Amino acid sequence: MLRDNTPMKKMKLVMVGNGMAGVRTLEELLKIAPDLYDITVFGAEPHPNYNRILLSPVLAGEQTLDEIVLNPLAWYADNGITLRTGTKVTQIDRIKRVVRAGDGTEAPYDRLLLATGSHPFILPVPGKDLPGVVAYRDIADTQAMIDAATKYKHAVVIGGGLLGLEAANGLMLRGMTVTVVHIMPWLMERQLDDVAARLLQKSLEDRGLTFMMGAQTQSLIAGDSGRVAAVQFKDGTQVSADLVVMAAGIRPNTDLAEACGLHCARGVVVNDTMQTITDPRIYSVGECAAHRGIAYGLVAPLFEQGKVCATHLGQFGIGRYTGSQTSTKLKVTGIDLFSAGHFMGAKTGKAEDADCEEIVMSDPFGGVYKKLVIKGDKLIGAVMYGDTVDGSWYFKLLREGRTVTDIRDKLMFGESNIGANLGDTGHQGRSKAAAMADSDEVCGCNGVTKGSICKAIKENGLFTLDEVRKQTKASASCGSCTGLVEQLLMFTAGCDYSGAPKLKAMCGCTDHGHQAVRDAIRLHHLLTVDEVYRTLDWRTANGCSSCRPAVNYYLLSTWPKEAIDDPQSRFINERSHANIQKDGTYSVIPRMWGGETTADELRRIANAVDKFKIPTVKVTGGQRIDLLGVKKEDLPAVWKDIGMPSGHAYAKALRTVKTCVGSEWCRFGTQDSTQMGKDLERAMWRMHAPHKVKFAVSGCPRNCAEAGIKDVGIIGVDSGWEMYVAGNGGIKTEVAHFLVKLKTPDEVLEYTGAFCQLYREEGWYLERTVHYVNRVGLDHVKKKILDDTQGRKALWDRLQFALDGEPDPWFEHHQAHVDLRQFEAVAAPV
Amino acid sequence: MSEHTNHWIPICRVHDIPALGARRVARSQGAAVALFRAADDHVFALLDRCPHKGGPLSQGIVFGHFVACPLHNWTIGLVDGCAKAPDVGCTTPFAVQVRNGEVSLDAQQLRTLAIDEAKAAA
Repeated sequence: MLRDNTPMKKMKLVMVGNGMAGVRTLEELLKIAPDLYDITVFGAEPHPNYNRILLSPVLAGEQTLDEIVLNPLAWYADNGITLRTGTKVTQIDRIKRVVRAGDGTEAPYDRLLLATGSHPFILPVPGKDLPGVVAYRDIADTQAMIDAATKYKHAVVIGGGLLGLEAANGLMLRGMTVTVVHIMPWLMERQLDDVAARLLQKSLEDRGLTFMMGAQTQSLIAGDSGRVAAVQFKDGTQVSADLVVMAAGIRPNTDLAEACGLHCARGVVVNDTMQTITDPRIYSVGECAAHRGIAYGLVAPLFEQGKVCATHLGQFGIGRYTGSQTSTKLKVTGIDLFSAGHFMGAKTGKAEDADCEEIVMSDPFGGVYKKLVIKGDKLIGAVMYGDTVDGSWYFKLLREGRTVTDIRDKLMFGESNIGANLGDTGHQGRSKAAAMADSDEVCGCNGVTKGSICKAIKENGLFTLDEVRKQTKASASCGSCTGLVEQLLMFTAGCDYSGAPKLKAMCGCTDHGHQAVRDAIRLHHLLTVDEVYRTLDWRTANGCSSCRPAVNYYLLSTWPKEAIDDPQSRFINERSHANIQKDGTYSVIPRMWGGETTADELRRIANAVDKFKIPTVKVTGGQRIDLLGVKKEDLPAVWKDIGMPSGHAYAKALRTVKTCVGSEWCRFGTQDSTQMGKDLERAMWRMHAPHKVKFAVSGCPRNCAEAGIKDVGIIGVDSGWEMYVAGNGGIKTEVAHFLVKLKTPDEVLEYTGAFCQLYREEGWYLERTVHYVNRVGLDHVKKKILDDTQGRKALWDRLQFALDGEPDPWFEHHQAHVDLRQFEAVAAPV
Repeated sequence: MSEHTNHWIPICRVHDIPALGARRVARSQGAAVALFRAADDHVFALLDRCPHKGGPLSQGIVFGHFVACPLHNWTIGLVDGCAKAPDVGCTTPFAVQVRNGEVSLDAQQLRTLAIDEAKAAA
């Protein structure tokens, strides 16, 4: 600061181009360094930033031009950005650091951002400049096509790729007869194999489009009025055409960059920080930039580039862009098409693809074709026609490079059979959002209809699942409807769905993911939340309600008896050791080992109900009794009067061990399941975990204790005990996997304990065992628990060590770090 | 409008409030007042009712100058009692004085401010 308090002069940032990639970069920059630059933007088009991807729905009459504006003029003004629309930059002077525009004006820069996008490739044939020949790139083109459809009859679209088909569909919906001309043997050859392409072609032909495959355009012929009237092909044939749309590809706009000496090769060449490799003051993002040899034409990678570029413009210097995996979705309403990765597999004929395997599901009459390409033990490509519900899941598997060997036999049947993105309930059993009416409820927890989600996506320009969650609350509570919300994003926002980023940060306070934090705690022997935040450069001083409980758990589970529990880092239930209810009262559930109780316990419970006037007494699914409506101040007294151990019904810990009566009473019982259940519960109660854990023990294969949907389910058989793991009975019912057959109760304890300890040490906070096992694979669990005897015993030992001396929070308040002040309100002396 | 002079009543000491936590101040009329203590020992007071569905903010996780409501996780600013966008709604802030480690609230506010809002049970 100068002595007279004049603020430091801001640096000047000039952006050439006003499209989605560039403006997103500015948005990210303003989030992290809002006062660093005076920003000037030059845009050749007369519009503020709009969603170019949605031009197709505009052409098809499904959206209007107004609806697709992403940043209205007011946004630029509000953020102090000088916007020069309709002004093309004609020269960059890198020595004087000035850009010059076509209208003679100049703008000096300290940093320059080139986001000039692409221009459509126009076939260099005679007649290309005739009236009635348009490209399909911007609002002006779209408007021209809409106008032509009102006056003229015949349209020819040159190019049977993604854009060409969307153009053809839109024109056909507006009443024109449309012929699509494509030089390759099948449509969308960059995203589809021949089988999917022919299904697509048939579908589009049924709608009224005509196709000429393998046709080579020779010239465009004018009619009497001077407007184009026909397209002539190399084989001499002709097709009438009052409107010709060139949708034959795009080329990056690099003229400006080349003229000022920046190295260009199929785009302005940039490095991982989005700086041009020639001049570090000049950055480039978007379709005009070539990163590691690729110029991306889909939006998700461009947004990733924008985020990284912003960190460098903002002088944070930490982001790296390393390239993106892309997926494609055709935006033609009613046609479901998805493609990602290396979808051709061995069909490319190349030697390096020879070992690609394919799993294909083909139902031509049903209009469904799905192909998955596997190489080694990973999914590397997918193409789907007619049923794309699982597109985002396959894409996730592809990006994560997760091994699929253990789920290979179920892979084709989709995520609803294996993974986590669509729960069973809360959305009337619908799995295809496209088929739902606007008034249908998508999110059962928050009462959000399909119509409101689509409206919010359009009105607020939302692109990601997180944005939809924040804005509408859909999929923000239990997450059961996440798969449907993702589908709605895919076809409403037109975002080429990128799903969750490959490395998901724990929360907004950091870029580190869960595994990185767990590893750091182990590697650096960190013992407090503050140490973790300082060591890992947390952006906030106290974290937030997402990361603090997670970090607290990681500390305690990694360094038992060394790390100290911080009650202020626990959610309310675990801090008060009772479940909070909607009116601020609590519920108390005492522990009943294996679901058995005694007359004395029941009397103590009944007396407490009377004494404290507890409104509701309910029997739980976990085979115990729940007292609801207990005032917070009464909790310690209720615990004391009842005198039974804590049921941990409020904790991310072992909840219950359900049992059915086994050989003790039941005529079918093969094993003493109630005793086994009690032994398990006594051995492992107070065990904290990434999320709640539930066991069950059945006395015979009739399985009356429902062990098949538990985190650990034990089923007695005549010769021993079967152990099942990673079941789940809640949001998404999952059948537990068979793990091993055991002989003795001691073995059951050891294997169960080892599995739980593995989950405690490797699981990410809020993962149930089902999510954990899906992530690491059942084979990994088998290796650690079944194959590695020493390792298994060590796991069981570590669990017992951690549990030894673990206090009961209902009685040992001091050791359990229960802050008793929370039970006393302070009286106001007025 | 005449100038309002605060009549401060001592309620508790700062260290009676858990750091990054809260205490409830029960009133004879109206819902309780929640006293929050941030990591920097700054003390805030809000009506102990979340603008969303009346949840007890005093039971939430405190971070920076915010609290997460224990019922549905809305983020509420401790300075103004308002929910973080895109959630909308505010609860009533109360004036706080901290002198020599002692926390005081304004007597008139305790008696009359926001007493119409339904009392949460307990």
